[in-house]
Amino acid sequence: MTTVIKAENLGKKYIIRHKQDPYDKFADVLVKPFKYAGQKLAQPFTKEFVSFISAKEEFWALKDVSFEIKQGDRVGIIGRNGAGKSTLLKLISRITEPTTGKISIKGRVSSLLEVGTGFHPELTGRENIYLNGAILGMSRKEIKRKFDEIVAFAEVDKFLDTPVKRYSSGMYVRLAFAVAAHLEPEILIVDEVLAVGDTAFQKKCLGKMQDVGQEGRTVLFVSHNTDAVKKLCSQGILIVCGEKFFDGDVSKALDLYTEQMYNTMKDKIELSQYGITINGITLNDGKVILPFEPLVINIEIISSRLFENLAFDLTISNDDYNGFIFYTSTILHKNVKVKIKPGKNNFRCVIPKNSLCSDYYFLGFRIAEPVKGILFFEKRFLRFEVANSYYRDTNLQTLPQNGRIYMNHYWEV
Amino acid sequence: MSNEFDLVIQAGKTERHYWFDIWRYRELFLFLTWKEFLVRYKQAVVGIAWSVLQPVLTMIIMAFIFGRVAQLPSGGIPYSILVFTALLPWQFFANSLTQGSMSLVSNKDMVSKIYFPRIIIPVSNVMVGAVDFLISCVLLALLMLFHHFVPSIRILILPLFVLMAFAITVGTTLFISALNVRYRDFRYIVPFMVQLGLYVSPVAYSIDVIPQKWKLLYSLNPMVGVIDGFRWSVLGGKFELYWQGLLISIVLTIIIFFIALKYFRATERTFADKI
Repeated sequence: MTTVIKAENLGKKYIIRHKQDPYDKFADVLVKPFKYAGQKLAQPFTKEFVSFISAKEEFWALKDVSFEIKQGDRVGIIGRNGAGKSTLLKLISRITEPTTGKISIKGRVSSLLEVGTGFHPELTGRENIYLNGAILGMSRKEIKRKFDEIVAFAEVDKFLDTPVKRYSSGMYVRLAFAVAAHLEPEILIVDEVLAVGDTAFQKKCLGKMQDVGQEGRTVLFVSHNTDAVKKLCSQGILIVCGEKFFDGDVSKALDLYTEQMYNTMKDKIELSQYGITINGITLNDGKVILPFEPLVINIEIISSRLFENLAFDLTISNDDYNGFIFYTSTILHKNVKVKIKPGKNNFRCVIPKNSLCSDYYFLGFRIAEPVKGILFFEKRFLRFEVANSYYRDTNLQTLPQNGRIYMNHYWEV
Repeated sequence: MSNEFDLVIQAGKTERHYWFDIWRYRELFLFLTWKEFLVRYKQAVVGIAWSVLQPVLTMIIMAFIFGRVAQLPSGGIPYSILVFTALLPWQFFANSLTQGSMSLVSNKDMVSKIYFPRIIIPVSNVMVGAVDFLISCVLLALLMLFHHFVPSIRILILPLFVLMAFAITVGTTLFISALNVRYRDFRYIVPFMVQLGLYVSPVAYSIDVIPQKWKLLYSLNPMVGVIDGFRWSVLGGKFELYWQGLLISIVLTIIIFFIALKYFRATERTFADKI
């Protein structure tokens, strides 16, 4: 198999400015030499030029990453938010240039870093298909040939001559993805585009992506949806803090990734501006969690101040859905106000009989205050498993395998 | 194993395929020009007619104020033709620069999400200006017909001046659009430049109004040579060309064009990070 992408010691450095205004001001540039001269006059012996413009800090979004991708490989790029996945894709798709290293590419690359890029709201659906196709690298002939297919895929044939600003957001996204899905490059780079539209459409998108993979094209895929990555990819590259952590079999990469997530989330979290430390959240005191059994969520918080009126939210979610499987808040309950006293505080949320089926889930946690708003929010604070080793529910012969929650019910048959 | 890579991106090195890439993206260039043109007059009642109305109205106002009220000399040529001939290159320059200098910033999402040679965005805006320019050329022909004015044989040299107008416009637009990515001040500088430029260019008046001793200084504005050249080649006989001014203009145009191109090429690879 030929190597189609070869990255050697790839690095990308960004300069972060600790300043409100992210743009350079022309005036600063004009004034700089005078300021420098002024400084020299005032302190003729300082050698270093202290930057007047802003405090700068170097940040390596990607550091010393090397890998090879062979033709026809379907590679999932995995990592937490801010790990450097998107930066890597941007380098490969030539949007920005690397600070160090070298990338060699063979074949036409198309990148879908966001569907609908270049869509113009004033233009009609038809016009946008042509424009967007051209932006993504299709020739006019190619677009013409695939036009009907694109329209059928997007299900917008009635609205082809309506400006897309009048489209519903669902239609807009469908059309945008449809154009992108009909690209035929040798190397396809996809970043999180599956998180669009309704579930039915997402399925359709995933199917389309699988087709692309089976046609022997090379696919680089970034997603937080681990199921989608597992379905679509054969190889995984795990990136941690800008460095390549693992490169190889996709399920191994995903296992390492989830393990990491679990480990890092257990750390204490300091909210220094409020004087609060979330010391830890434990489920069932670390013991196994079973379906239909109690689930006790214990929250330990250390505070340096007194808070009279806070609200806690808890959520349960997993990778399959965008929303939450379960949500609760102290606000939902009358007269429940969370008070935090200086020192150690313990809070409990008790679910006497949890309805979760056995699988992995995320616990989310949020602290809010009426005036300051949200003090803390982490959708994936903790990853936990609901085990399926045994069950004690009286009426069930076997545990439900499909579905995520189980509701108390009976059949009349 | 045939490991002949099509593309090698190496840190700090310019790409070898740059000009070839521009050729490869020619269709996108046409599409973007077409888009800019379409979008401009969407949801406007008279729509594309603005391309006609705008220069005509400007010409009428200028001809009235400078020709009738101020009674400036026109050398026997109808004042409306005198003004309109100058308006052709000036409006092309002013409109292209106004639109083009903002173009990279207003297409931010494209620049930060997709690769293509960035140069085609500002240049496609200049092309929209060129379409307006062609429409105005037709209008000028109609205006001449109306006044029974016959252009001289010198009009055959006009393409040279058109080329010069193009070079100045593309150069300035590239330079300022790239600067605008880093320094948003140009959002305010450009309208001011265009407004001021109208006064320091011989658009509403002929260059003969300028005293002889100031002419050389006046010619440091490269648009002076272009506008003067347009008038000389279109209006014919009675119109004298200010040769020294034209020479300065040509030299300046070439300098501006190449500096702009160099600056654009040097900064374009970091546009996605800065924008």
